[in-house]
Amino acid sequence: MPAAGQTAMALELMALEAPALDGWLRWLQATPFATVIAENDNLFPFIESVHVVAIALVIGTIAIVDLRLLGLASRDRAAGRLIGEVLPYTWAAFGVAAIAGGLMFASNATTYAYNFYFQGKLLLMGLAGLNMAIFHLFTGRDVARWGTAERTPLGAKAAGAVSLALWIGVVAFGRKVGFTLH
Amino acid sequence: MYPHLTLPIARTLNDFCVWLDGTALSQVIQSQAWIVPTVQSIHILAFALVVASALMINLRLTGIFARDQSLDRISARFLPFIWWPMLVLLATGAIMIIGEPARALKNPVFQVKVLLVIAAVIVTCIFQRMRRNPALGDPTHGPRAAPRVIAAISMVLWVSIIFAGRWIAYA
Repeated sequence: MPAAGQTAMALELMALEAPALDGWLRWLQATPFATVIAENDNLFPFIESVHVVAIALVIGTIAIVDLRLLGLASRDRAAGRLIGEVLPYTWAAFGVAAIAGGLMFASNATTYAYNFYFQGKLLLMGLAGLNMAIFHLFTGRDVARWGTAERTPLGAKAAGAVSLALWIGVVAFGRKVGFTLH
Repeated sequence: MYPHLTLPIARTLNDFCVWLDGTALSQVIQSQAWIVPTVQSIHILAFALVVASALMINLRLTGIFARDQSLDRISARFLPFIWWPMLVLLATGAIMIIGEPARALKNPVFQVKVLLVIAAVIVTCIFQRMRRNPALGDPTHGPRAAPRVIAAISMVLWVSIIFAGRWIAYA
């Protein structure tokens, strides 16, 4: 399997080129709490399920905002107001997802860290964050002006479309991690 | 392992799983490695829409969210994002069942999930009927307990369904 070969190579490379990081990952997964999560029959599935609920809420609420930016849904709600109402729940869910994800990561740090799809997932999330930041800095600045207009500006549509595409990618890559663990 | 497997219905189920596993469609799903992960991802995206929409309605039901808009209006916005994705969930779920019949149909966790889904659909249908009741949507003058109970039951059901869905892999 190509992925196995890549991971094995990546492991060797990382151990050689980033011994500090590799060392830290090995230390992390050897800690008592990480070991408990890895070995307990019910703990990992429970944390994973919490993670799935949390990411469902992250993506679902982001989709609500993105569909508004694209002018496809919630058109009866001013965009700025909708974003202000929904985003706190997005952040809360993201926090839970990150904590659950961090716990799962810790339980098998080297395997996840060197997994192509896990790395891709983090990258896509970073890009999604960047997209959100760009939106807030530019188009989102005067959302009060265009938030109730018939059509949303191009910048908002672009931000919404890019966001949806990136988060769909996060889900796809995230799911693929489970199929490529060694 | 499972005492109920001696019942006639269990043998019928077993025969059905064996038959389904042998169909051409099932073989295709099993042999093409990309199908199950892709279908699972679509399944996740669909229930993300469902649970987020349910949360928004339930938050309005308890008077926390968007109180300036009526419950009926909020429901009109979000209920379509429960019903339409549910069709996608059924379709993707069907593909996963056809691809791995025994893993799904004979698994008690999956069976519990199906019951929970039926319960969630019933609760959503009941809510669909009640949403126009102005008393329900008024957090200050309407009933306090009933909306909260409905909202709590709804969220517990959706979250339990997601937990059950993940736990299929571990049972």
